[in-house]
Amino acid sequence: MLQVDALDVSYGKIRALKGVGLEVARGEIVAVLGNNGAGKTTTLKTISGLLRPTRGTISLDSEPLVGVPPHAIVLKGIAHVPEGRRIFNRLTVRENLMMGAYPRRDAGIAADLDRVFALFPRLQERIAQVAGTLSGGEQQMLAIGRALMLSPRLLLLDEPSMGLAPVLVEQIFDTVADINRQGTTILLVEQNAAMALSIAHRGYVLETGSIALAGTAAELADNAEVRRAYLGE
Amino acid sequence: MDLQLLVDIFPQVVLDGIILGFMYALIALGYTMVYGVLEFINFAHSEIFIIGAFVGVELLLGLQSLGALDAVPWPLVLLLALLVGMAGSGLLAVTVERVAYRPLRSAPRLIPLISAIGVSFFLQDMIRLFESLWHNAFNLVYPTIDALNVRLELTRTIDVPVKSLVVILAALGMLGVLWVLVNRTKVGTAIRAVAEDQAAASLMGINVNRIISLTFLIGGAMGGAAGVLFGVQYGLINPYSGFIPGLKAFTAAVLGGIGNIPGAMLGGIVLGLLEAFAASYLSLLTGGAFGAEYKDIFAFSVLILILIFRPRGLLGEVVRGRA
Ligand SMILES: Nc1ncnc2c1ncn2[C@@H]1O[C@H](COP(=O)(O)OP(=O)(O)O)[C@@H](O)[C@H]1O
Ligand SMILES: [Mg+2]
Repeated sequence: MLQVDALDVSYGKIRALKGVGLEVARGEIVAVLGNNGAGKTTTLKTISGLLRPTRGTISLDSEPLVGVPPHAIVLKGIAHVPEGRRIFNRLTVRENLMMGAYPRRDAGIAADLDRVFALFPRLQERIAQVAGTLSGGEQQMLAIGRALMLSPRLLLLDEPSMGLAPVLVEQIFDTVADINRQGTTILLVEQNAAMALSIAHRGYVLETGSIALAGTAAELADNAEVRRAYLGE
Repeated sequence: MDLQLLVDIFPQVVLDGIILGFMYALIALGYTMVYGVLEFINFAHSEIFIIGAFVGVELLLGLQSLGALDAVPWPLVLLLALLVGMAGSGLLAVTVERVAYRPLRSAPRLIPLISAIGVSFFLQDMIRLFESLWHNAFNLVYPTIDALNVRLELTRTIDVPVKSLVVILAALGMLGVLWVLVNRTKVGTAIRAVAEDQAAASLMGINVNRIISLTFLIGGAMGGAAGVLFGVQYGLINPYSGFIPGLKAFTAAVLGGIGNIPGAMLGGIVLGLLEAFAASYLSLLTGGAFGAEYKDIFAFSVLILILIFRPRGLLGEVVRGRA
């Protein structure tokens, strides 16, 4: 479904990605693991059009995405939950969710709102609250719920575990697995390799801007290098 | 000091202050909305405002020369003038953003500011050039509509011309419509989302450039409406008459908390009232030592005091760091 080839991305003179290639098939959860600064966020931002690569191609169901502005990439069915959640603090929970459905004109919006409430009942309780007053965990739920309001084909998640207590992390990952079972393809970027590999089908390891390893989740979890560097053994 | 006089003129002073305040509020919205989405002071907004007044006066003069000014019912004439003024200023604001600001979006912050100052001078002299060629004069007077000058006697000591009530009602209506648009519609929510986080908004499928254009359109249209009301209320306009009200409206926006829409409305009204009070009472209260000409000094002194104790403005929020 998503095909990324030989991607180079730079911030001025800093080369953040060097020849990154990866693919995501329909129905999968694919994890991208890597330490701080490896280039995970840069990869997602380039896919969703926030950054422009200097070289390489990205395609969604063989439609090229490079050069398409972010709002138009959203129309193709890619929703991106950015690093640090980036919810609209001054908008209410309801308004945030409505912004997630911004480009939609179809009749399915109400059903998707119900689905988000089923996944995150807390959001329904807080529906009229200003989003900036939510707790960290609730904000992450809102960020994911907002992305689901697009009814996306592909969901990009940038470190949903960041800054959350372990119980909450587990809860969020369970929900991500549920979302995938309901039919959404997921590209998940994480430093928390153990959690990510527990729900992913396949994964990549990104090291200083290049793909160092690729394989099924089980292969990566068994790999001596991965166990030492990312699983803390 | 004549205490009775102080009391007697009080309602009249409040009324003057409110009229001035609504005018400032309408103009201030343009500054604050643009600041909200771009964190940029549109210095040309004072000219966008006064161009509304010129578009309005051209319409009225045109109707007058056709002999239609008294034939058409005055509310219709006024509505038409407001609409063309809003359209003229709104479209101009959109064009200015497209031509003079958007290409500089990623330049250092000082650069678009200088561009805006340049646009401001350019527009002043374009109006002057155009009106000089067209009317052989660039000081224009709004044609009088008799019905608007009828004075309604509210009490023994206060009477109000109809036009003042019309100005207040029109401004209130406009502020109300804007409030609903920004707070109760999807596109208004998108404006607030873009103001908070452009990148996140674009990830929602919001075309950020289109929302920015829309913001200039709405802010410009409010300025244009203020321009027409300014002309109707005060009569005389010239290409430079936008500058001072523009500066004061900008001040009102800062006073209310720049970027904050209700703040701009409140700031405008507070500034208008301060000015009206100073204009009427300074001389009476100081036994003539300070006359009405000190009104700006008084209003701005209060403003500086408020901002010293509350730098984010009356309704402004403390800016939160972003991840
Ligand atoms: N806005 C930026 N400007 C300059 N360098 C950046 C910027 N964002 C990220 N980088 C650099 O690009 C590299 C990859 O960063 P990032 O994609 O954020 O990594 P990760 O998400 O894996 O932690 C790092 O070396 C980082 O310092
Ligand atoms: Mg990151």
